[in-house]
Amino acid sequence: MKPFLAVLTRDMKLATRIGGDSLTVLLFYIMTGAIMPFAIGPDKDQLAQLGPAIIWISALLSLLLALDRLFRMDHEDGSLLAMRQASLPLEMIVVAKICAHWVTTALPLIVATPVLAILLNLEIDQTLRVIFTLLVGTPALICFGAIGAAVTVSIKRGGLIAPILILPLSIPTLIFGVSAVSSGAIANAQDAALLFLAGFTLLSLVFTPFAAALALKMAAE
Amino acid sequence: MRKNGKNPENIALNVTDLACERGGFEIFANVSFTAKPGEVILLRGPNGAGKSTCLATLYGVLPKSAGDISFENIDPEREPREYLHIVGHVPGVKTTLTVKENLSFWAQLYGGTENVLPAIEAAGLDAIQDSEASILSAGQTRRLGLARLLVANRPIWILDEPTSALDKQGDQWVGQLIADHCAEGGIVIAATHLEIPHLAPEAVKTVMIGQTAMDHAS
Amino acid sequence: MTESKSQEPTPQDLGFFSRIAHPGYFLEWSRYFIWPLVGIAAILMAYGLYLAFFNSPADYQQGETVRIMYVHVPSAWLSQFCYAIMAAAAIGSLVWRHPLADVSAKAAAPLGATFTAIALITGALWGAPTWGTFWEWDGRMTSTLIMLFIYLGIIALWRTFEDQVRAGRIIAVITLVGAINVPIIKFSVDWWNTLHQPASVFRLDGPTMPPSILLPLFVMFFAFSFLFLLLHFISMRTEILRRRARAIERQYAQQLRTQKP
Repeated sequence: MKPFLAVLTRDMKLATRIGGDSLTVLLFYIMTGAIMPFAIGPDKDQLAQLGPAIIWISALLSLLLALDRLFRMDHEDGSLLAMRQASLPLEMIVVAKICAHWVTTALPLIVATPVLAILLNLEIDQTLRVIFTLLVGTPALICFGAIGAAVTVSIKRGGLIAPILILPLSIPTLIFGVSAVSSGAIANAQDAALLFLAGFTLLSLVFTPFAAALALKMAAE
Repeated sequence: MRKNGKNPENIALNVTDLACERGGFEIFANVSFTAKPGEVILLRGPNGAGKSTCLATLYGVLPKSAGDISFENIDPEREPREYLHIVGHVPGVKTTLTVKENLSFWAQLYGGTENVLPAIEAAGLDAIQDSEASILSAGQTRRLGLARLLVANRPIWILDEPTSALDKQGDQWVGQLIADHCAEGGIVIAATHLEIPHLAPEAVKTVMIGQTAMDHAS
Repeated sequence: MTESKSQEPTPQDLGFFSRIAHPGYFLEWSRYFIWPLVGIAAILMAYGLYLAFFNSPADYQQGETVRIMYVHVPSAWLSQFCYAIMAAAAIGSLVWRHPLADVSAKAAAPLGATFTAIALITGALWGAPTWGTFWEWDGRMTSTLIMLFIYLGIIALWRTFEDQVRAGRIIAVITLVGAINVPIIKFSVDWWNTLHQPASVFRLDGPTMPPSILLPLFVMFFAFSFLFLLLHFISMRTEILRRRARAIERQYAQQLRTQKP
């Protein structure tokens, strides 16, 4: 447990210090959400209707922004190699890094969601629901992002290619995440979407550590 | 009588006919040596001969294509990697963490005891231990990277060009570090041109890498 | 150059499957399959197209445009079959580290993307007279579009790696992650589609199709499958030769370097 916490706290420190990504991701999230009305128009009803979708797209894009650094820095400065000599298996190191990344990038963004909700004219119960779906769904986005980051870690300019790989894989999260908030045509569709979202997150949490660790091992060869 | 503080289990390493190939090409072949407690193995050879590849094969990051690496007296329950320290040509130092935070992290990750302060002192960084590592010079960064070897005791050190970016004084420091480790029963395998001081000549073995591969090519 | 002989085991000391999968041996035996495959694919394609154009009825609702189906359905099948080939090859790359598996996966990706694009384009052309629009966010077309994105991502990834040996195994990881995801994506898109568009468009499946439509479809299905097999063989052979050429170049560069100290 101690080595796991060591990786977790180190990554959280790195993300929140100068040169870290936490604040940048948060600002990008708010700004992306805030420029949408300039494209859609200031019609309050329309904004409220599109609000959950705007928030989800903004979250998806902001999280993509920071993912490139998840393993790249440690791969390039040799830290990842030295971390592999720990008694902790690489899969668990990946889990620790994913947890730290979620806490430092996704969580601030979820906390800041009420700001966007006010700008987009969402009602309180809908805002709470969006926050809840983000809590359930963002781990899956981080997981796929981690796989994309691990796969592209040995490419010098991999930051451009990773989103192309991750975006199609994120579609189920987006569909279930937004459907769990917006009113669907079918009764109970919201609850069903929330359950599917939770299931998808759990599934991705199960196979991501293995896939990302495998890709990192292959990249070090 | 040699002290055995760094290698109480008397771990030794046997390498026979090790080879590695990448994409159908032999990088190196026929590397054999035994490393007993207290010995230094120096890998030498021209640039591009496969010294780094050989070290990576030893610590298990690259798959070997032939030969055998066996560790003697290790606990079968534990992975061989848990007996190894490796330092590559990049020091693995985070510039936004302080000197102390850098080393504490490795101490916790490797399950080391409270060796952080002695390690900082050994690296000569105790006066700036609470400063960010970004203010360090290249040589100091290198020392900080190497101080990782001291925060948790592991019998076998694998070092790839440990003296790059270091001045003469730094060279001596690394030599002393290696000599001290071996004097207490540790094993060091290094790709370096450094001469190791204070060690009996029979404790230092030199393994040439790359000659066989080049004989093939010509 | 004898580099492949000195490092890889010779075909004679291997079992049957290792032998046919040995890259050098593959180049040998696959040579004899190219022309027969060309023949089979050409005959099937000609017969299938004849049946499709001259020997099958026009649909009473859709008219002559129903004939697009004879290209559309086999392409859509291949867009999924090709991913299955890539996923199988990915297992080969990861488990046995086999170079031919890497080659097979790399050669399959552009073919899969091409057949998926053909399925999308024919679908759009078919949609124009039938639905009155080129694009409909119908479940199948949407998941085919996502499939195309996945193929293009993998092709782009192949192109960014310099070391193709390392690329093979890393891309195998993302290919398998994709394989786990494709059914989920399909499911989520279908679910999303029924949520937003309860009025479903017409379905092709079901046993209601008369034999006069089934036979040409069946023939075209095999014609496309053989065409894929042929193209896959050819691009695998090209890829092996390309890798050999690069290996020889590298060996030559290494010789130059060791001669000039």
